[in-house]
Amino acid sequence: MKIKEILFGILAVAAIGSAPTVYADINVGVTLSATGPAASLGIPEKNTFTLMPTSIGGQKINYIVLDDASDTTTAVKNTKKLIAEDKVDVIIGSTISPNSLAMIDVAAEAETPMIAMAAAARIIEPMDAKRAWVFKTPQNDAQMATAIVEHMTNNNVKTVAYIGFADAYGEGWWNEFSKIAEVRKIHVTANERFNRADTSVTGQILKILSSKPDAVLVGGAGTPAALPQKTLREKGYKGTIYQTHGVANADFLRVCGKDCEGTILPAGPVLVAAQLPDSNPIKKVALDYVTKYEAAYGPGSVSTFGAHAWDAGKLLSNAIPEALKTAKPGTPEFRKALRDALESTKNLIGAHGVFNLGPQDHLGFDQRARVMVKIQGGTWKLVK
Amino acid sequence: MDFQIALLLAQDGITNGAIYALLALALVLVFTVTRVIFIPQGEFVAYGALTLVSLQSGKVPGTLWLLLGLGMVITLVDLSRAVRARKLRRMPSVILFNCVMPLLLAGLLSVVSPATFSLPVQVFITLILVVPLGPMIYRLAFQPIAEASVLVLLIVSVAVHVTLTGLGLFFFGAEGSRTPVFTETSFAIGEASLPGQALLVIVSSLILIVALYFLFERTIYGKALRATAMNRTGARLMGISSSMAGMLSFALAGLIGTFSGILISPITTLYYDSGFLIGLKGFVGAIIGGLASYPVAAIGALLVGLLESYSSFWASAFKEVIVFTLIIPVLLWRSLTTRHVEEEP
Repeated sequence: MKIKEILFGILAVAAIGSAPTVYADINVGVTLSATGPAASLGIPEKNTFTLMPTSIGGQKINYIVLDDASDTTTAVKNTKKLIAEDKVDVIIGSTISPNSLAMIDVAAEAETPMIAMAAAARIIEPMDAKRAWVFKTPQNDAQMATAIVEHMTNNNVKTVAYIGFADAYGEGWWNEFSKIAEVRKIHVTANERFNRADTSVTGQILKILSSKPDAVLVGGAGTPAALPQKTLREKGYKGTIYQTHGVANADFLRVCGKDCEGTILPAGPVLVAAQLPDSNPIKKVALDYVTKYEAAYGPGSVSTFGAHAWDAGKLLSNAIPEALKTAKPGTPEFRKALRDALESTKNLIGAHGVFNLGPQDHLGFDQRARVMVKIQGGTWKLVK
Repeated sequence: MDFQIALLLAQDGITNGAIYALLALALVLVFTVTRVIFIPQGEFVAYGALTLVSLQSGKVPGTLWLLLGLGMVITLVDLSRAVRARKLRRMPSVILFNCVMPLLLAGLLSVVSPATFSLPVQVFITLILVVPLGPMIYRLAFQPIAEASVLVLLIVSVAVHVTLTGLGLFFFGAEGSRTPVFTETSFAIGEASLPGQALLVIVSSLILIVALYFLFERTIYGKALRATAMNRTGARLMGISSSMAGMLSFALAGLIGTFSGILISPITTLYYDSGFLIGLKGFVGAIIGGLASYPVAAIGALLVGLLESYSSFWASAFKEVIVFTLIIPVLLWRSLTTRHVEEEP
């Protein structure tokens, strides 16, 4: 290539890159993990943003969606870019906890509210000056772990073995679960790890089997969580198997097949929206999301992960009209007002639960945000 | 740990080790012939398995579009070259291989739902869909820079790997899949039972290894590959085309990878990006063989499988650490015992 051509190329790219942005609308910056290890969570979230309202409180909303490839550094880079170049009024993201934790500093420094779609309680706790800017929509792991332990004590489970991902997800669940189990006098007989892409977990399963537990908890997300369960059944394990809410999508059922019959897991109510009693206020909102998503992406395509993004949208739709009363979009005052409005959200019904936020609680879920679900006949059944 | 557990772990380790051994052989083959450290080797495992899954669920696999796309590009590149050099004699075979065959496949898959075929036919279609990607990748990515240094080739190899992983996510989605087992039978050995599928993996790997041995020892193409591996310039002086040798080694690598993927897809869940880690473990085996010796590489890969299986029992959280740390003493031992040879210019 000649020098002239290269120079022309650089100029062309620069010209496209520096096209001026119009600041009149509300800019919502999104960074999520649509590729990489967390892609199965990030893709339904990304899809959900195409269903979000395009105008709130009479203002046009621009969603700027970036992919962070499940990588912490990229998530931080995306956040900086969204703040510096796109002048966003709020940031939604990221899909996974390590990314979201790393983004807190950047968002707080720029005084931009951030709504995470990741589960770790540490994203919003303990409350401090930085976390004052941070909110999140998924249930805390602790809340889900409590539900599992409760179910175990009610069903006379005395000993339990744990096998989880060798990453933040598996480690987080182990911490929460072992803490609560100890309090409730449930003996944990084995603590094993496996990798998402492992082709065999025979070694771990043999060790679990030799410790003879009443039940096994698998701390994994998506289809990889099926491998320990299938191996357990293959080696003749007869006890109850518990999974976490990370597996709540149709692909898990497809891969796990008949080996998953009888599996018990906690999940957001959106997973079994149609089976909720009519008196439950969440039913209508959750069904609305399921209908919209499946109309766009095909029957059976909905998962609980996308609903976390949907709930982030719900929070915004509720807070933006409030913030617009005091300031104009694109200003620091608007971002401050938006943060205050988010924090004072009361009785907002989302697809995963009812939000009642406060200065100390930036999630705001109560017991209504989780249900116990059993896999029966190849589908999710609400445990009453 | 009692005897039965030890036996089960050994069986698991050997099953996985057999796959790693196949991949290690492919890596050694590609490296000796073309000096490419073929990082995308594992991608063929994932592509093979997931293509088979797509076929079984009656969908047109995304690899078909990749095959068509690569075929078209290669045809255009070769055609423009041939026209400029006025050497059109070889064009019909290029067009037949790169354009006509993929188009025929596309036609077949669009008319008949692949789910209706029997398993052997589905496996065959998977092979002719995925294996040609090997030589095509060589033609496009490596042949133009065949004389570059090992480092440049490695960097291109990484680029190809990243591209293929990205395409894999696009074609097959983020969630994993597995195929129904080929055989339900299992054999009792003492107290432990050996699933027929695991036996199938081990036996097929052995057959493939023996077939490779005969290819290298008895056929003219195998001998040409060996000659190129020993001395590229010398082989060329004897009339062996180095690009032909490259194509052939990549075709074999593609075949081995795809075949491995088809073999293990019933016993484990495979994802669009599973291939990398599987390939990497094969690579550790290949390193034990110094990227030169086939038997040592195969034994090394088997060792990796066994080590992985036993360490997942004793210290599952550190399993990968243990497996990949193995490479350090091996490298130390190799660098102390082998004489360093400068890379030929």
